[in-house]
Amino acid sequence: MKEILQALVEIVGTEFVSDQPEERYLYSMDPGTMPAREPDFVVMPDSTEQVRQVLLLANQHKIPVVPLGAGLVLSGLSRALKGGIILDMKRMNRIIEVNEMSRYALVEAGASQGMLQAYLKKHHPRLKHSAPDAPPAATIAGNVCIHGSGHISHAHGFHSDMLNGLEVVLPTGEVTRLGSCATSDYWFSRAPLPDLAGLFLGWAGTTGVITKLAIKLYPNYRFNDVGVFVCEDARLMPDILYRMSETQMAEDLTAWMTPKPDWARGFLHSNINYGANTKEELIWKRNLIRASVSEYIDRKIAGFIPMPAAMKQPFLEVPARQLSRFADVRKGGGFEYVGVIMPVDLFAEAYELGLEIASRLSVSYSLGARIIGINHCMMFFYAYAFNRADPADVQRAQRALEATNRAAVDMGGIPWKAEAPAQKEIIRKMDPNMFALMNRIRAVLDPAGIMNPGNWEID
Amino acid sequence: MYELNYDPQICAKCKTCDCLMKCQYIDFELAEARVEKEKLLNGQDTRILQECTTCYSCEEYCPAGNHPFYQIVERQEEKGFLPVPEPITKQQLTMMEPRGTITPASVSAPVINMCYFPMLTDSIRGKLYENTSMIVGSDIFCNIMWLHFGKNSAIRERLPRMIDNIQQFYLKDSGVEEVVCYHDECYGAYTQLAPAFGIEVPFKVVHLFEYLSNKLDELSDQITPINAKVAYQRPCSNRLIPQTQHWVDDIFQKIGADRVPREYDRDNALCCGQVLRAQQRDDLADDVQKRNLDDMQQAGVAYCVFNCPVCMFTLADAVAERGIFPILMSDLCQAAVEKKAE
Amino acid sequence: MQYEEILHRCFRCGYCKLPENYVDFNCPPYLSFRFETYSPGGRMWLIRALLDNKLAPTGRLQEILFSCVACANCVTHCTFPKFKDQLLLAFTAAKEQLVNGGKVPPAVRDCLTRIYQHGNPYGHARKKRDAWTDGLKVEPYSDQEYLFFVGDVGSYDTRGQEIARSVAGLLQKLGVSFGILGADEISDGNEAGAMGEAELFKYLAEENIKTFESRGVEKIITLSPHGYNAFKNDYPGFGGNYSVLHYSQVLAPLVKKAAFAPDQPPLRVTYHDSCYLGRHNMEYGAPRTVLTALPGVELVEMQRCFQNALCCGGGGGNVFTDIIGSGRQTSAGVRVGEAAASGAGVLAVACPQCAVMFADAVKVQNLEGRLAVKEISEIVNERLIKQEVN
Repeated sequence: MKEILQALVEIVGTEFVSDQPEERYLYSMDPGTMPAREPDFVVMPDSTEQVRQVLLLANQHKIPVVPLGAGLVLSGLSRALKGGIILDMKRMNRIIEVNEMSRYALVEAGASQGMLQAYLKKHHPRLKHSAPDAPPAATIAGNVCIHGSGHISHAHGFHSDMLNGLEVVLPTGEVTRLGSCATSDYWFSRAPLPDLAGLFLGWAGTTGVITKLAIKLYPNYRFNDVGVFVCEDARLMPDILYRMSETQMAEDLTAWMTPKPDWARGFLHSNINYGANTKEELIWKRNLIRASVSEYIDRKIAGFIPMPAAMKQPFLEVPARQLSRFADVRKGGGFEYVGVIMPVDLFAEAYELGLEIASRLSVSYSLGARIIGINHCMMFFYAYAFNRADPADVQRAQRALEATNRAAVDMGGIPWKAEAPAQKEIIRKMDPNMFALMNRIRAVLDPAGIMNPGNWEID
Repeated sequence: MYELNYDPQICAKCKTCDCLMKCQYIDFELAEARVEKEKLLNGQDTRILQECTTCYSCEEYCPAGNHPFYQIVERQEEKGFLPVPEPITKQQLTMMEPRGTITPASVSAPVINMCYFPMLTDSIRGKLYENTSMIVGSDIFCNIMWLHFGKNSAIRERLPRMIDNIQQFYLKDSGVEEVVCYHDECYGAYTQLAPAFGIEVPFKVVHLFEYLSNKLDELSDQITPINAKVAYQRPCSNRLIPQTQHWVDDIFQKIGADRVPREYDRDNALCCGQVLRAQQRDDLADDVQKRNLDDMQQAGVAYCVFNCPVCMFTLADAVAERGIFPILMSDLCQAAVEKKAE
Repeated sequence: MQYEEILHRCFRCGYCKLPENYVDFNCPPYLSFRFETYSPGGRMWLIRALLDNKLAPTGRLQEILFSCVACANCVTHCTFPKFKDQLLLAFTAAKEQLVNGGKVPPAVRDCLTRIYQHGNPYGHARKKRDAWTDGLKVEPYSDQEYLFFVGDVGSYDTRGQEIARSVAGLLQKLGVSFGILGADEISDGNEAGAMGEAELFKYLAEENIKTFESRGVEKIITLSPHGYNAFKNDYPGFGGNYSVLHYSQVLAPLVKKAAFAPDQPPLRVTYHDSCYLGRHNMEYGAPRTVLTALPGVELVEMQRCFQNALCCGGGGGNVFTDIIGSGRQTSAGVRVGEAAASGAGVLAVACPQCAVMFADAVKVQNLEGRLAVKEISEIVNERLIKQEVN
C-alpha cells in the first residue's frame, strides 16, 4: 500500500492524495441510504494525463478505481464497493470551449452544473445548458453518464441525448475520443460515426473514466414563465401531459404530488415551464398550452393555480433549491429516491404504487415525474426522507426504496442510476443476451476488472 | 342558519337592473338584463352565473341595498356553477383553513387586525403604529374571499368562528371593544357582509384609513409631503363599503399626494386580475390589467397605491415594469412621516 | 457539544460551497484543499463522526477544522433555513472542543498562547501597542466623543500600522473627536473566539470592558471589522453595551461633505467586502458610499461581491496561523485575480486583515504594477484638497 501511495503522490502531488482516515471516512458514503464502503485512497487528478497514469497504475496492480463527480448521486454508485481508489474529478473543472454558432460547450469532467451556468450567463447570455434538479455543485459529466435529465429535457430529451462527444481514458490507459471529435477538431455531434459513446452511458463507471465531454447548448430565453396545472385524478395525467406536450411549447414538464403542505395532499400538479424572447410570444405560448387542456378547465375538474410573480419564482429557479430541503423533512439530513424511467401511460399505476408503499412502510414521501421528450417517457420519482441519526429510520427508507425498485421493474419501468441491489433487480428482468454482451464488452475494455467493481454484477 | 337578507320582491319589481347594467365585465341591453334577472330569481340557469367575475361591484350598484351579488353567489353554489375549477377551490379551502392554534392574548387599543397576512406584520411599526396591538392568523381570517369561489357555505361556516375568536381570545378579557381593520376585506366583512347574513359582530370596527387619517392629523407637523402623482387601486372589497372611499382622498391630501384623475379609478376601478386568473380567464385578466396599467401610465403617476395586499402581490411587478412604484397605503404614510419618500 | 443536534441534518447538497451565482467555489478551505472533508458539509459530518468516536482528533482533523476562516459563506448560502444560522456556531463549538482537549495545531496553540500572555497574537510588548501612531498626534482617550479601537493587526503589523495611521489621520482631518487606549488596549478577542478559545475570549472581553468602564467609554470606532463584530454582537453578552461603529460608517456621511480637488485623474476601483463587515453584519453600503463620493473614482464590482464576496482567507485566526495557506490555490490569490479581471487598478479594502492577506497575494500572483491594494481612507486621503487637511 505504501508503494501505491507513493506512486499516486508522484502522479498528482502530495496534497492531492489521501489515505487518511478523514477522507476515507467521508468518501465511503453519499447522502443516500447505501452502507458505507471505505476506499483505500482518494486521489484528485488535474489532467487527462494524470488520470491515464492512475489507471495504468491501478491496472497493473489490479486496484479498483471509482470515478466521482460531486458525490450527489444518492444511490451510492460512487462508493468503493471493493476498496481501492476514489478518483475525485473536481479539480478538472475547466470550461474549455463554447462554440456559440454550433451551440455546444466542451468541458472537463469535473466542471459543475453551476459553474457552466455562470459561465454561459456571463460570456454567452444567449445560451443555456440543461441543468438537472441536483444542486449546482453536481458535475455535468456525472449527470450525463447516468442518463440524467433536466430543466429542458421535455424539449430535448435525456442529458445523454445532448452529448456530442467524449474523451475517455480506458481502464488499460488508452485516451480515446468518441464522436465528431475523434475525427475533427469540432465537437459538434456523435453522428455519423459508430456511436461508441454509449459504452460509457448508463454503465455506472464500469467501463472507463470520462475526462472531457461536449454537450449541446440551447437558446436562453429572455422571459420565462411557469403554469401549475392541478387535478385530482391520476388517471387523467397521461392525457393532460400528452395534450400539453402536443403543443411543443414547453421546455420542461414535471409533475409533483406531495402530502405536505396540507393543501397539496391528494392533488396532482403539472408544472409546465416555457420561455420566449418577447412577452407577446410568451403569452402566445401560454394561450396555446391553456387551449390544449381547455376541455378539463371547462369541466372545472382541473385548472391552473393563480400565482403572483413572486410565488412562481421557486418554480422558475434553476436548479430548484427547495428540492434539497426535502432532506430536512425528518430533521435528519437525508433522502433518497428511486427514479424510474417508464412510459407515461403508467402514470396512475406508478402514483398508486408510491402511495401504497409510503402508507405500508410509514415513510415520509414525495412523488413526482419529469416528462422526458414530448411524452416519450418519464422519470417518475419516489423520494423518501429519513433521519440519518436514526438507523431504524434509515432502514425504513431503505426498505421502501427496495420495494419501489422491485415493483417498478415488475411494472415495466427501469430504475435510473440504480443502487447496486437494484441493478440486480434490473438484471433479473434483462434480456440475458444483453447482459452477456455487457459482460463481454467489460472483459474487453477492462481485463483486470478494476472499474467500479460490484456494479452491474450478479454477485 | 345565517339566512341571506335578500328580498326577491325588490329585484322582481326593479326596472333599472343597475346591478347588471353597470357591470363592467358583462354587457347587457336592458331588455336582456331583465330577462336574465328573472332567470336568476326563478333559479334557472343564466349567463350571469357563468360570466360573473365576482368583482363585488353590484353590491355597490344596487340602489336598494338588496345584496344582488350575494344572491348570485348563493345561486352559483346551489346550482354548482363553480367560478373556479374545483381542485383549486378545494386547495384554497385547505390553505386558508383555521389552524386552531390561536391562544388567548392580552391586547390594548388600538388593535390592528392584520387578518391572515403574516407577511405584512413588519409594516406595523414606527410612529403611525406606536402603542398598538396587532392580531393576525388563520384563526381570525375574515373568510370573505369565498365569494370569489361560489362558496357562501364556507363563509357561513367559518366567519362566525373567526368573529368569536377575535372576541373571546383577544378583546373580551382585555376590555377592548374595537379593532382597526388593515384590509377593506375585513371591514367589509364585519360591517356589511356579516349583517347581510345575520351574523352578529360584537365589536366595533374602524377602517385602517380612518385610523391613518387621524394619526396623520396627530403627526401633521412631522409630515414631509410626498409631492407626487399617485394612482389608487381600489380593491373589490371596497365595493361593499363605498362610504369609506373619502378616507383615501383625505389621506392623500394630508400627505401631499396628488390622486390624478384617470379612467379606471373610483366607481370605474378595475379588478387587479388575480380572481380572473383563478377563474382561468387569462385573456380577460390580461386585458383588464393592460387597460388599468396603460391608464396609470398615461396619468403619469409615480406611485400605485394599494390597500389590498393581494392586489399588490398581483400587480406589483407589472406596475414596477412601467416605472411606477407599487406601495401599500400604510407604507406610503410611513414614508411621509418618516421622511423616507422615494 | 453545543449545536451537535444539527450536524446530521446537513444533507451535503453543497450550496454552502458556492456563491449565489455558482461561478466558482466560495469556501476558502475547500477552494484550497479540494477534498470534500474541507467543505462545510464535510466538516459537519466529520464533527459528527468525531463525537461518535468514529474518528480520532488527528492532526489532519485539527487542520481541517482550523482551516475554516469563519467567513460565513456557508451560513449565507446553506439552503436549510431551519439550521443554517447555526453552521458557524457548530464549527466554532467543535474547535472549542478540540481546544479544551488540547488537540489543536501547533500554530493555533502558539497563537492562543501569545494572546494569553501578551494580549495580542504577535507576542509583541503591550507597551508598543501605540507604535503605529508614529508621526501622528493622537490623544489618549479621555473625554472625546469616540474611542478609536485599533486592534491587533493595526497595532502591530507593518501594513496594519500604515492603515491605522491613514484612518486616524483622516478622522482627524474630518473633525472626528476621538482618543485611543494605547498600552491599555488588548486584543478584542474576536479571533480567539473564532478559534474556539471561548474562555480566552471571555477574559479579553472582560478586561476590555473593565478598561472601557473605567475610562467612561460609550462610543467606539473600530479599525477592524473583526473588532466591530465582537463589540457589536458578543460584548453585550459579556455585559458591555456600547454604540459601535466601523470607521467606514463614520466616514460615509463625512466624506460626502468633504472638499476634493477638481479634475482628479480617473481611477477604477473595486471594493472587497470584508466578511465581518459584510456577511456577518450586513454592512455593504458605507465603504461604497465613501468610494463613490470621490471625484474621478469609478467603482466596479467583482463577479463575487456583497454577500457573495470571496473571503481573503485571513479569518478564523488564519491571518496569524496560516493553516489555510498550505493549500494550493489560496482564496487571497484567487481574489486578487478576480479584482484584476474586473478591470480595476485598485483593490480597495476596509479591513487591515484583508489588506495584509492581499498584499502577499498580489506578489505571489505577479500582479504588482497592475493592481494596487489600498485601504479606503488611503484613497480618500490622496484626493482631499490640501486646505481641507488643516
